[in-house]
Amino acid sequence: MEAHTAAAIELKHIVKTFGSVVANQDICLTVNRGEILSILGENGSGKTTLMNIISGIYFPDAGQIFINGEEAVIRSPKDAFDYKIGMIHQHFKLVDVFSAAENIVLGFPEKDGFNIKRSAQRIKDISEQYGFDLDPMKKIYDMSVSEKQMVEIIKVLYRGADILILDEPTAVLTPQETQNLFAILRRMRDTGKAIVIITHKLHEVLSLSDRVSVLRKGEYIGTVQTAETSEAELTEMMVGKKISLNIDRSEPENPQDRLVVEHLNCVDRSGVKILNDVSFTARSGEILGIAGIAGSGQRELLESIAGLQSLQNGEILYHNPKTGAVENLRDKTPLQIRELGVRLSFVPEDRLGMGLVGNMDIVDNMMLRSYRSGKSAMLDRKAPRNLAERIIDQLDVVTPNANTPVRRLSGGNVQKVLVGREIASAPTVLMAAYPVRGLDINSSYLIYNLLNQQKEKGVAVVFVGEDLDVLLELCDRIMVISSGKITGVVDGRSATKEQVGLLMTKTEEGDSNA
Amino acid sequence: MLVTFIQRAVVQGIPLLLGSTGEIITEKSGNLNLGIPGIMYVGGISGVIGAFLYEQSLASPAAINPFLAVFIPLFCSILGSLLMGLIYAVLTVTLRANQNVTGLALTTFGVGFGNFFGGSLIKLAKSDMPSISLTATSNCFRQTLPFANDLGWFGKIFFSYSFLVYAAIIIALLASYVLNRTRIGLHLRAVGENPATADAAGINVSLYKYAATCVGSVVAGLGGLYYVMDYASGVWSNNGFGDRGWLAIALVIFAVWRPNVSILGSILFGGLFIVHNYIPNLSVSMQEIFKMLPYVVTIIVLVVISMRESRENQPPAHLGVSYFREER
Repeated sequence: MEAHTAAAIELKHIVKTFGSVVANQDICLTVNRGEILSILGENGSGKTTLMNIISGIYFPDAGQIFINGEEAVIRSPKDAFDYKIGMIHQHFKLVDVFSAAENIVLGFPEKDGFNIKRSAQRIKDISEQYGFDLDPMKKIYDMSVSEKQMVEIIKVLYRGADILILDEPTAVLTPQETQNLFAILRRMRDTGKAIVIITHKLHEVLSLSDRVSVLRKGEYIGTVQTAETSEAELTEMMVGKKISLNIDRSEPENPQDRLVVEHLNCVDRSGVKILNDVSFTARSGEILGIAGIAGSGQRELLESIAGLQSLQNGEILYHNPKTGAVENLRDKTPLQIRELGVRLSFVPEDRLGMGLVGNMDIVDNMMLRSYRSGKSAMLDRKAPRNLAERIIDQLDVVTPNANTPVRRLSGGNVQKVLVGREIASAPTVLMAAYPVRGLDINSSYLIYNLLNQQKEKGVAVVFVGEDLDVLLELCDRIMVISSGKITGVVDGRSATKEQVGLLMTKTEEGDSNA
Repeated sequence: MLVTFIQRAVVQGIPLLLGSTGEIITEKSGNLNLGIPGIMYVGGISGVIGAFLYEQSLASPAAINPFLAVFIPLFCSILGSLLMGLIYAVLTVTLRANQNVTGLALTTFGVGFGNFFGGSLIKLAKSDMPSISLTATSNCFRQTLPFANDLGWFGKIFFSYSFLVYAAIIIALLASYVLNRTRIGLHLRAVGENPATADAAGINVSLYKYAATCVGSVVAGLGGLYYVMDYASGVWSNNGFGDRGWLAIALVIFAVWRPNVSILGSILFGGLFIVHNYIPNLSVSMQEIFKMLPYVVTIIVLVVISMRESRENQPPAHLGVSYFREER
C-alpha cells in the first residue's frame, strides 16, 4: 500500500454493466498528482463511463476507488466535489444569458455571502494564475466555444478541484485554441494537480500526456509512458486484433458511378467547419463504408446528399440509371431527391430514426412515404398495411401487430421497420447510418444480408458504421473521415484494422501547426 | 383633469401590477402560469368571503376593528391564491402536466369558483342588487395618508392612495432586487433558463419552481383583493373583475420580465384602459376600440423585442417546459 500513497486516484477492478452490455470490465487504473494521464479508446470503449463513475454520475457494480490512498465511495457529483474531483463534460452546462461569473458561482454557496463583483475578482485571480484569458462579466451567448470551455474549467477550479477530468476537450476547438488549452493544462499539472483527459486523437495524446492508458471494448488493455511509445503501438492497443465475423460478401457486378460528390463544404451554426472539401464516388452494386470517430461529419455528409443540409459549396452529381442523365442534387428539394431513388435511413443516437414517428403505428409510419400516391382525396391504407405486414413477416419484427406504436418496439425492431421501409421503395442509392447500433447478433446479420441483397440488385449502398470488424467484412471500399475531411479510401478486402484506425485518428499536419 | 387621470390610471394599474409581478416571479422559474386570471379572481373572492363573515359577526358596522377588518380578508386572500398556486405546481412540476392546459383550466376553475361563492353570498346577504357591498371593510382598506390633501396636485398624484398601492410598488421593487441581486434570484433565473444546468449545479429545481409559483400566485391574488376592496369600494359583483388577469399577463411581456419596468407599464396600461373616459364625445363603438389599446401596445412590444433579438429581453428559455431529469 505504501507505494501507492502518491496516487491521486486508484481504481481497482471496476465493473459497470448496463443491462446486458458490459461497459467496464475489471478496470484498474492509477492517476498520479502532477501528471497528465490520457485515456485512449475508440467509441464505445468505456472511457466516458469510467470517468462518469469517478465523477459520481454512475455507481460501479463492483470494484473500489481509492482517493489519496483512502477508499472512497462516490455516489453523486456532490460527493465527487467533496473529494475535489471536477469533471468537464463534452456538452457544456451553462446558462446562456448569464455572465461567466454568474455561471461559475451558480449553486456554490460561498461562506461570505453573494457578491458577484468579489466573485469576479476571484475568477480573475484564478485566470491569471493559470493563464486563462477570460472576462468574468462577459455573457455566455457572446462567447466562443473555447471561452465556454474555459468557464467550465474555471468553474471546477473555483470550487477547489485538484483532480480534473476532461471529456474530449479538444473535439470542438480550433488548433490554436487546442494549443492554448494544452498550455493551461500543463501549467495546472506543474502546480501539482492530477489531470485526466479522454481523447481519441493520437497526436494530442503524444504531445500532451505523461502516460497513456488504453481501453478497448470496456476492457483495460494497458498503460504506457508516452515518451516510450509510438503512434503505431497505441493504434494497435486501441483497435486490437482482427476478429472474423463471416459476413457474406459477393464481388460487385458491373459497378458504375451512381453518385459523384465533389468538394463538399459545410459549416455548423457557430461557424465550425463540419465538412471540409469532401469528394468521393459511390458506385452501383457496391457497398461503400464510411468509417470515422462519431461526430466527424458522417451525419452532415448523408444529410447533404438527402438535401437536408445547406452547403457552402460543392456538387452532388447523380447518374440517373433510367435516363442516363447526370443531375445535380444540390438544385433539388429533399422530395425530388427521394423520388430519384436516393434513400436515407438514419439511425441516430436516440434510436427512433429520422423518418419514424414514435407515437404512430407501423402502418402509419409506412404511410409517411406513400401518402402522396393515389388520386383519391382519401388515403389509401391498404397498400401500407400490406407493406407493414410484409416487413413484419420477412424481417421478423417482434410486435403484437401492425397497429402497435413504433416507440413501444425494441430498438432492433424499430431499425428493422425503418430499413425495411426504405428498401421497399426500390432505391437506387441507399444510405444507412449505424443501422445495427444496439442490435443483437442475429438482427445485425439480418441487416447485413438486407444490405447485401440491395447491393446485388445494383443499388449503390452507403454504410456508415462504427465497428471496424464489420466495415472490413461487409464493405467493398471503405472511406475514412476524420474531422470532416476524407483521410483515405481503402479496399475492404485488403485493408487492415490498424490502417483504418490510423486514418480515423489522423489530422492534417498543417492543422496542428497552424 | 390631468391629475385625476393620472390618479385613476394608477388605481387602475395596481391590480395589473400585482398580477404581473406575480406572473414574472412564476415565469422566471420556467412556469408559464396562465391560471393568473383565475388566481386573481380567487384572491378577490376569498377576501370577500373573509370580510363578509367578519362583518356578519359584528353587531353593527360601526363596531368594526380596523386591524381585523384588514387582516382577515388579507389572510383569506393569501390562503386562497396560495392553494391555487399549489394546485398548479403539483400538476405541472410533480405530475408534469402541460402548463398551458393546466393554466387555462385553473383560470376557468377560478372564475367559476368566484362566481359560485359570489352568487351564494349575494343570496345569503338577501341583497336586492346582484352584488354584495362590504363598505365598512372597504373603508378600512381605503385609509389614505392624512396629509395628502394638504399638498395639492403633488399630494394627489403621490400620496392619495391606500396602503395596498404602496405595498404593490414595494413588492415589485423587492422582486426586482431579489431576482437580480441575490443568490436566490440567480438560482431562480437559472432554473427558468436551463433547469438541467441548475440541477447539475446542485439546485433543487422542483423546490424553486414550487416556491416561485406559490409566491407568485399569492402576489397576483393580492391584485384581486385590491380590486374588490379598494378599486370597487368593497362591492363584489360576478364577473366584475373583467379581463384584468389577461392584461396582467400581457403586461409581463410589455415589461420584458422585469418587475420594476412593470410599475411604469401598469400605470401606462391603467391609463390606456380608461383613456376613453377622458376623451369627450366618443361613440360607444369608438370606446371599445380605445379599450383595445393595451393589447395593441403589447403586440407592438412583442414585435419589437422579437426584432431586436436582444438576449436579455427574451422570455426565460425553458418557459412552459416541464423539467424531467432523466429526459436529458
